[in-house]
Amino acid sequence: MKTEKFKKEYLGRTVVTAAGIFIIILTLAIGAFLFYRGSATFTVNHHSVAEFLFSPDWNPADIGEGGTVGAAVFIVGSIVISLLALLIATPFSIAAALFMVEISPKVGAKILQPAVEIFVGIPSVVYGWVGLTVLVPFLASVFNLAYGYSVLAGAVVLAVMIFPTITTVAADAIRGVPAEYKEASYGLGSTRWQMLHKVEVPAALPGILTGVVLGLARAFGEALAVSMVIGKMQAFPAGLLSPTTNLTSEITADMGNTTSGSEWNNALWSMALLLLIISFIFILLIRIVGRKRRA
Amino acid sequence: MKRIFAAVAAALFAVMSFSACAGTANPDGGMARQPSGEGLSGSINISGSSALQPLVQEAADNFKKTNKGVSITVNAGGSGTGLQNVADGTVDIGDSDVFASEKLPDDKASELVDHIVCVVGVAAVANPNIGVTGITKEQLADIFTGKITNWKDVGGKDLQVVLISRPRSSGTRSIFKKYGLDGKDEKIGASLTEDNSGMLKQIIAQTPGSVAYLAFSYLTDDKTMPLMIDGVKPTYDNVYSGKYSIWGYEHMYTKGTPSGSAKSFLEYFSSTEAEKTITDMGYGLSSKMTVKRNAPEK
Amino acid sequence: MDAKHKHAKTADKAATVILYIIAGFFLVLLAAFTVYVLYRGAVSFSPEYLSFTRQGIGVQFFNTVYLVFLSLIICVPIGIAAGIYMAEYAGSGRLTRFLRMCIETLASLPSIVVGLFGYLVFLVMTGLHWNMLAGALAVSILNLPSLTTVTEDAFGDVPDLYRDGSLGLGATHWQTITKVLLPVALPRIITGIIMAAGRGFGEAAALLFTSGMSSDVDFSNWNPMSINSPLSVMRPADTLAVRIWALKTEGVAANADKLSDISAAVLILMVFVFSLASRHIGARLENRLTGGKGGK
Repeated sequence: MKTEKFKKEYLGRTVVTAAGIFIIILTLAIGAFLFYRGSATFTVNHHSVAEFLFSPDWNPADIGEGGTVGAAVFIVGSIVISLLALLIATPFSIAAALFMVEISPKVGAKILQPAVEIFVGIPSVVYGWVGLTVLVPFLASVFNLAYGYSVLAGAVVLAVMIFPTITTVAADAIRGVPAEYKEASYGLGSTRWQMLHKVEVPAALPGILTGVVLGLARAFGEALAVSMVIGKMQAFPAGLLSPTTNLTSEITADMGNTTSGSEWNNALWSMALLLLIISFIFILLIRIVGRKRRA
Repeated sequence: MKRIFAAVAAALFAVMSFSACAGTANPDGGMARQPSGEGLSGSINISGSSALQPLVQEAADNFKKTNKGVSITVNAGGSGTGLQNVADGTVDIGDSDVFASEKLPDDKASELVDHIVCVVGVAAVANPNIGVTGITKEQLADIFTGKITNWKDVGGKDLQVVLISRPRSSGTRSIFKKYGLDGKDEKIGASLTEDNSGMLKQIIAQTPGSVAYLAFSYLTDDKTMPLMIDGVKPTYDNVYSGKYSIWGYEHMYTKGTPSGSAKSFLEYFSSTEAEKTITDMGYGLSSKMTVKRNAPEK
Repeated sequence: MDAKHKHAKTADKAATVILYIIAGFFLVLLAAFTVYVLYRGAVSFSPEYLSFTRQGIGVQFFNTVYLVFLSLIICVPIGIAAGIYMAEYAGSGRLTRFLRMCIETLASLPSIVVGLFGYLVFLVMTGLHWNMLAGALAVSILNLPSLTTVTEDAFGDVPDLYRDGSLGLGATHWQTITKVLLPVALPRIITGIIMAAGRGFGEAAALLFTSGMSSDVDFSNWNPMSINSPLSVMRPADTLAVRIWALKTEGVAANADKLSDISAAVLILMVFVFSLASRHIGARLENRLTGGKGGK
């Protein structure tokens, strides 16, 4: 009887540990694969990493070699649009999460939560199309521009797309704050707002930051919707209302039309590798911030 | 338990053998029209040019009506993907807007056999409000190289030109550059870029002063305006006669000489039924061309 | 009442009002968006668009459900198991930190990168053509990190009381996990699964490279081993989201816009129905497992 019990204990433990190790192996495999394909620009085509990162001169060769692979425009585009989207979405998300958990849990559970789930399921193409047909002309007429394809349009579409992700995770984090904290705060005579922003939000901060990381990740990697509204002009953005391009747009547009092994194709893989590295850096940054706040 | 398993296995086996029969023995009256009369079977995998995909898909649907044993899947993904896949042997047919030698190294390109299924015209299209309906070829080049930036310079309204380009890897762009701009490069960093024809149409329709280029197959409504070049309308009659020069071949490549169902499918494209599909969908017949072009010298 | 107190009260009221406004704004935005998409679908609607032919979206509807189902079969067990490991067995050692890093990295992977990875590994390396299984695997990779995180959080938030009680009664750690903690954590895990399914419904970028953009299905052939049987997992399959992408980008047919509008509306309805159904099932499960005394 007892051995049976422990057999199950060990079996269970082995299975869940295996699942954890599987995730590590999978991540390493994807990382190794991206590194292998993405490094060809530098090892096979002999471009310098500095050229790739800092040169705005993007003109890789279709067959053979001899082009230029400066991806600075795409990199700047990706960073600017994602950060702006995050800036727009985060305050709204935290507010919506607080509303769902503390102000009106009933409305939150019955209406907001299902609505959030539906939003995750809408294909990015649909977001992009609504952005293209509604938001872009709207921006053009409000700001009196020739066209509305812009950094701002991309950031707004992205903000709407990452809103559900951040809200869901933030709401979970706020729900997870022990009830004693709240009670203690109220017991000391706090108003609800004091309790929320002095006790509950700080206590839930690590969880909220996880949501922000996930949101940023989605923003950075989003390909189809953003590419429909930013105009894909190969130039640094002159302002919020000017068009630019980004890494994912370039990958989606050209990956299918280049053949594997060509300088161009290799450069696109280097971009994919860069996407991974940038996301990784963001994760590290936010973790450091999270640790400092807690300390 | 064992008995249930045996029963399930038997049922599965029955279903499998039945469907196998259904697949091969399918005496269909329409078969006689096919070049190879025997009941075809097997699967054809096709990938490549997104400009050609709708036509191939339609042709595949029609082909399957008389060849029920054949399974055909048509994947877009771009000319580069199609050429790459067929050279690697992962698909049976690779669709491309350009000659294989323009995308693949010589050793790979020489293994592929070209089947030209149709031609496609490329028109310069603009938002209808620009105030002109046609321009000269020189003006066209000046507009796309950034020398002309206002429509009033070509006799139109006082309206800024909004260039919409395609990515440099696009097959449509390479046709337009070669025959529309006489090899001149479009101005980089001044134009919006969009490769997807459906979205491109939407962008032109809603952006005043915009100009871009589209395959004739997308000129289906009047939200966008095809421009006359040197007074010549972009129509297939003008392409056939050689008056309108911005056009290219649509290729379907196989690795080595095709055989079996892939061969029949490629032959199907020269049937009367397929020719009707080709013209109905906005492509041109290569058999009617009075001018010919060869793969570019390198 | 001193000034400070008064100030705090005013701030409290103001904050409540602002939170209401933001939540309201969010709801209006959601409603407007959904209504817009549904409206576009409704005005374009005509029964023949629902057929299982090239002119309809029946095949894609079937593919979407089937592909998401397949991917859930693959990623839900692994995700939950890994989440349990993180919550219950992982210490705070280097391996755990590394695993957490891996999960976050995986979560931040652009879906297009996962698609390209899937293309090379599931198709080029195996020599296969586009197939549904490859698509399901790609979607699984996308969903794995969120499922793991949700499970870990759900377990972490179960009050220690449950754990202590179970262990105190002599149950092993594993028994505690499966009999006590899992049932309590289940509703939240189900929410996580709904989100995962939702992502599967809406995914296009990863599937363009793995499960392909076309289908050739014969609905009279139900032999799962046959290449054009609806049940075959080795056939190319386009989902609704992929179809919308194809129609919006390269569609030449006169009704391409209508078809994609309907597809989008159907997709939203699908997610909606799925969400409601899962919620219902989740509530019933919770009732049964906690003896009707519900966690909340």
